Amino acid sequence: MASFAGGALPPDHVIVTALRAGDEAMFAALLDTWSRGMLRVARSYVSTDDSAEEVVQDTWLAVIGAIDDFEGRSSVRTWVYRILVNAAKKRGLRESRTLPWSALESDGGRGVDPSRFHGVDAGLPGSWKVPPAAWPTPENQALAAEARGIIAEALAELPPRQRIVITLRDVEGCTSEEVCDILDISPANQRVLLHRARSVVRDRLEGYFRSVMAAE
Amino acid sequence: MGTEGKAGSVVKRFTCGELVEVVTAYLDDALDEPGRAAVEDHLAGCADCGRYLDQYRATVRALADQPREQLSRPVRDRLTAAFKARRPSA
Ligand SMILES: [Zn+2]
Repeated sequence: MASFAGGALPPDHVIVTALRAGDEAMFAALLDTWSRGMLRVARSYVSTDDSAEEVVQDTWLAVIGAIDDFEGRSSVRTWVYRILVNAAKKRGLRESRTLPWSALESDGGRGVDPSRFHGVDAGLPGSWKVPPAAWPTPENQALAAEARGIIAEALAELPPRQRIVITLRDVEGCTSEEVCDILDISPANQRVLLHRARSVVRDRLEGYFRSVMAAE
Repeated sequence: MGTEGKAGSVVKRFTCGELVEVVTAYLDDALDEPGRAAVEDHLAGCADCGRYLDQYRATVRALADQPREQLSRPVRDRLTAAFKARRPSA
């Protein structure tokens, strides 16, 4: 029996062999490592936390049933997340919640407010009007915990597709290829959504740090 | 390749406002070579954008630090039981 507490998961062929052989520690390690991201992604498609958990549960049951059929054409994580996204979409449809993935509409546009830069009439067009201020180094535990809360709020307020992409990429550490495979989107589309989402989160942190330093 | 003489004149220059919109492409190594060079050129001369990029990277790092979140006990127990009940292959 393997133990991966605090460590990285082993390579895919090790995971698949262990799951097929009924290795409970490996199954537990996957549950503990991936369920957070799965819950977060599922929540973007369905209407309640309970439905999100049901979607995650159904996904794992499908994984348990299909592990012998896994062909290794993608990473195990991509395979599991694709099952999750399909289940979550179906559930979202039943709940009359659908995410349009085809168009970028309101998700497009810029990451940073253009009014932060000088216009064409200025001496240096496109340069910062007020440059970004230095951030405090969050060596301080309380500050780091607060920043974590600010990030959680910012994530919750993002449009769903941006939230799903930044969750997979930055919170869960998927590669851009994995994200494109999981969501069936193009690399360019993935990058626009990720860029917009990261810029918004950075902006929220900037606002928070500005208020902290103003109070000192 | 015979294009060296022209390189300087075709390299795009980014303004700060343009640079902040390509940082994800830059960090993902998705820019073409002139684009990448133009970003590095701008960063070499612009401390403000250097700070912006540092903060962008710090944001990406901080995102990986969201709280752990687990399935509820009953769901976890149900899944563990389902896994045990599965007949191992080979
Ligand atoms: Zn600049």
